[in-house]
Amino acid sequence: MARYIGKEINRVDGVAKVTGRAKYAAEFRAPNLAYGFIVLGTVAKGTIKSIDTRDAEAAAGVIRIFTHLNAPKLGPKASHEQAPPRATEEQDKSFRALQSDRIFFNMQPVALVVAETYEQARYAARLVKVSYNAEKHTTDTEAVRDRGRFPSQGPPPKPRGNPEEAMKIAPVKIEAEYRIPIEHHNPMEPHAAVAVWQGDRLTMFDKSQEVYNVRKHLASSFNIPEANVQVISPYVGGAFGSSLRPNYYPALTAMAAREVRRPVKIVYTRTQMFTGHGHRPYTIQKVALGAERSGKLTAMVHEALHNTSTFEEFSDNTTGFTRQVYACPNLYAPQRITNTDLSTPTWMRAPGAVSGMFALESAMDELAYALKIDPLELRLINYAEKDPESGKPFSSKALRECYRLGAEKFGWKDRKFEPRSMRDGRLLVGWGTATGIWGAFQMPATARITFKANGTAHVASATSDIGPGTYTVITIIAAEYLGLKPEQVEFELGDSNFPRAPAQGGSWTTASVGSAVHGAALAITARLLEFANRDANSPLRGAAAADVEMLDGRLQLKNDTARFVNTAELMKRNGLGEITETFEAKPSQERRNYATLAHGAQFIEVKVDPDIGQVRVTRAIEVTACGRIINPKASHSQEIGGVVWGIGMALQEATEIDHRFGRIMNPNLQHYHVPVHADVHMIETIFVEEDDTVVNPLGVKGMGELGMVGIPAAIANAVFHATGKRIRDLPITPDKLL
Amino acid sequence: MRPFKYTRVSDANAAARAVTANPNAEFLAGGTNILDLMKEDVERPNELVDLTRLNLADIKAGPNGGVTIGALAKNTDTANHPLIRKSYPLLTQAILAGASGQLRNMATNGGNLMQRTRCQYFYDTAMPCNKREPGTGCGAREGLNRIHAIFGWSEKCVATYPGDMANALYALEAQVRVRNASGRERSIPIVDFHRLPGDTPEKDNNLERGELIVAIDLPKSNFANNYYYLKVRDRASYAFALVAVAAALDMDGGRIRQARVVMGSVAHKPWRSREAEAALSGKPASEQTFRSASEAALAGAKPLAHNAYKIELGKRAVVRALMRAARLI
Ligand SMILES: Cc1cc2nc3c(=O)[nH]c(=O)nc-3n(C[C@H](O)[C@H](O)[C@H](O)COP(=O)(O)OP(=O)(O)OC[C@H]3O[C@@H](n4cnc5c(N)ncnc54)[C@H](O)[C@@H]3O)c2cc1C
Ligand code: SF4
Repeated sequence: MARYIGKEINRVDGVAKVTGRAKYAAEFRAPNLAYGFIVLGTVAKGTIKSIDTRDAEAAAGVIRIFTHLNAPKLGPKASHEQAPPRATEEQDKSFRALQSDRIFFNMQPVALVVAETYEQARYAARLVKVSYNAEKHTTDTEAVRDRGRFPSQGPPPKPRGNPEEAMKIAPVKIEAEYRIPIEHHNPMEPHAAVAVWQGDRLTMFDKSQEVYNVRKHLASSFNIPEANVQVISPYVGGAFGSSLRPNYYPALTAMAAREVRRPVKIVYTRTQMFTGHGHRPYTIQKVALGAERSGKLTAMVHEALHNTSTFEEFSDNTTGFTRQVYACPNLYAPQRITNTDLSTPTWMRAPGAVSGMFALESAMDELAYALKIDPLELRLINYAEKDPESGKPFSSKALRECYRLGAEKFGWKDRKFEPRSMRDGRLLVGWGTATGIWGAFQMPATARITFKANGTAHVASATSDIGPGTYTVITIIAAEYLGLKPEQVEFELGDSNFPRAPAQGGSWTTASVGSAVHGAALAITARLLEFANRDANSPLRGAAAADVEMLDGRLQLKNDTARFVNTAELMKRNGLGEITETFEAKPSQERRNYATLAHGAQFIEVKVDPDIGQVRVTRAIEVTACGRIINPKASHSQEIGGVVWGIGMALQEATEIDHRFGRIMNPNLQHYHVPVHADVHMIETIFVEEDDTVVNPLGVKGMGELGMVGIPAAIANAVFHATGKRIRDLPITPDKLL
Repeated sequence: MRPFKYTRVSDANAAARAVTANPNAEFLAGGTNILDLMKEDVERPNELVDLTRLNLADIKAGPNGGVTIGALAKNTDTANHPLIRKSYPLLTQAILAGASGQLRNMATNGGNLMQRTRCQYFYDTAMPCNKREPGTGCGAREGLNRIHAIFGWSEKCVATYPGDMANALYALEAQVRVRNASGRERSIPIVDFHRLPGDTPEKDNNLERGELIVAIDLPKSNFANNYYYLKVRDRASYAFALVAVAAALDMDGGRIRQARVVMGSVAHKPWRSREAEAALSGKPASEQTFRSASEAALAGAKPLAHNAYKIELGKRAVVRALMRAARLI
């Protein structure tokens, strides 16, 4: 019986966060710190003709101004114009600032002012005058949609069966096009870096989802060994994918610090974030579905296209999960990308999946109406009992139970099929549903545990906690398997000197790092047993590591807890103050025989004021099946957050570009809307736990992204049910419903 | 931020004098608008004259059954004042529809009247904008103009006045009392306070340089029973209006004696529709009456490329606000 796993446990870092003790990147200080402020360009494409820094240089407090004319070259591969990397060789082609006179996107950094104070740097930045040789730019994905190409990484898409033929003969079919605008993550904390050099050793305080990746990027930028770089990122105030890649500002900060021979800090402004860390791409999707009159899908064609930059390839694999969500013998789901003169897009919460499922699950709703079949029923008719893509069994899949439970909780059976058939006074009521899906990923990860004779443990891994509660969940796992109380465990993360962990992304952290911690705890147990069994009179003599467990200062036999040794005494007898074990957990071989996915069912109620086009999401029931739930408290928070993100994507979020200038015109929170409290009403999240012995030793799957995946579609479907209007271009703002 | 001088004054005349003396000085009240604009380098004063110590925050009964609101009274205090709640509930509703609790706690009534447009091009110093920098062109005219004007715009500027409180003040026929450096006061009828952009979009209103708003005078009102402030926006709170309507009816049983209809976020100033008011006056309060009033209200609208929806939305919002004001729904 687990003592902590599965129990509601408060965040172990909660007090530090609310009292301000938790330090975020911008809060680190260093003696003699100087401040950098980035100057952004004002054209979308071309070259810099001239930069006049004289006034800025004369301003009070200015230490140095960097431009492409005087900035040192960063890294051996700084040129953006070389041939794309071979598939085998992963090359860091991310944008590095001030490397040439070339402008790749509007609001590109063109200068950096370093001054004694932030205010001085910011003021002087306004005095830098830049002129350009502008060239004709393209920032509108629509304008270059016919130039879509398959991403060069990965094999070209292969159809399953014969979708073309199947579509031709399908008795019922629908086809529609869906659009998602560019969106930005907008975490609360702005990205920030503090760079401190000692000789050719660099310490970097950064906001990062992967300190190892930043370390590699910095080492290659400055041609120094990775061992010379330490990246520290203990707390992250939300990132949602915006800190998965190194971004340009850490190298820029380190470059400035090296040149001025002082520690330097750079903090993005909200506006700078809009071209400083990537975005969810503008995505155009065409979905065609063919079905028998019974509702059985016979053909699925889902084509997606989104923007990438001119210097780097990015694809969020929009159609990836389409292949695995419904049983259908004929399918084609290609992904294309097209170049624009914008900064490179990146992963944003539930990347690809939420975009792809918005289109597919809207289309499923359209099909349900074409067939006159209840939308939930249609999904059940096409339920995939095994992975439609590989034919492999699922390691676990409780989606059917999610549908059932969600429908019951929501009262789905009372839904009237016809649009505009349900009302609440003057308001139109709409009920919509959609399926959520995400991978149960696991990545190689390493953790180190130091178990001390005084009955405490220190756990370290270079993972990150961008908000989901990794500090807490890892503490729980360590406490569980070391037989300690959570307060006896100290877990540290976010330091590249700690054992390697993957990026916090893909919702794989608990599966990956948790498994490593689990493994390290078992290794500690085994070590202790080994010491115990050196004693001929040990009560555990003869026991194998698998037979024993640690609990409350004892190492005991699992099935006969009266046979134990006291661990403190054992360690003392052996002269051990502490023992340390490092464990690398890798995905098992067994996983390969299965498809490993997490699923969810979403039920949404909207109330629409048809006169003024106002939509309120009045009820959301989200049931997810994502393996074992370690900390229900934080897990529910994750799913609630996912629903709120879904509300934002469905109803509000859009980055607007004036294509005449190729410039983002709403790079701030007054014009870029995200949900506020008044937009968020009743949300209930429910877990259907799965006993999955395949995914990883802990039986956990990811949930952070899963929680938002079906929501925008479910909302759009509910809006259709309420109003009879099918909105295929997000966000669904009042003007679209008049 | 550019360096600036901070000047503290203790009486209104000194404030007006300070700003009159220095062409690059501005008043500072709650700071919720001007400080933001300074951080964005849109406003570039070299001196801020802090008004917050002036004794101009009173809200009290005025002559002839009216109420006088101090220019420095906070939005929150104004909205919740018993005199306002009782006699001018439309004003309460309008103020509370704006911004957020925290902002309303800081924002003053004078500053609120003076708040500047939310046009995206106005906020981005890299973009053309005749209001920010006369002669550079209007970025929004052929650009992103979903939130812009459908009435009274010019080729030079298509921006809207974004505020809420003023829409109610227009409906209530308030007077804005201002004082100049020599201590002389004048009252500006609120409809003449803000301007249309014409050829000088850099001027939002008709205050003379250095003139200080000291108070807002509300005349006795017959609109305390039948009123409604409707704000349609992209999210439920904390967003500027796409279209707002301040509606007030003076009812004689089921018949409308007198009506006020003011639309917000449709023009460079709150847009009072005398046509709609005429269509209502003397008529029975009914959905049909309101529909013809709404047609009259929007008749002269001229949309831009991306805001034609405001015409239909405006009509529907007028009907809805009047229906609520008449308590028909
Ligand atoms: C995020 C956000 C959301 C908002 N949402 C809304 C909304 O939905 N609806 C809405 O109506 N408003 C909204 N506002 C605007 C807010 O109401 C105004 O910023 C506020 O009312 C301004 O008042 P203030 O006292 O802070 O003015 P300040 O910022 O101090 O001053 C604004 C201007 O007025 C001038 N000024 C101030 N007092 C006087 C005076 N007595 N005489 C002459 N000139 C004077 C100043 O010189 C300055 O130019 C929002 C603001 C923000 C920041
Ligand atoms: S509408 Fe007015 S404020 Fe906006 S860009 Fe044009 S001139 Fe400037």
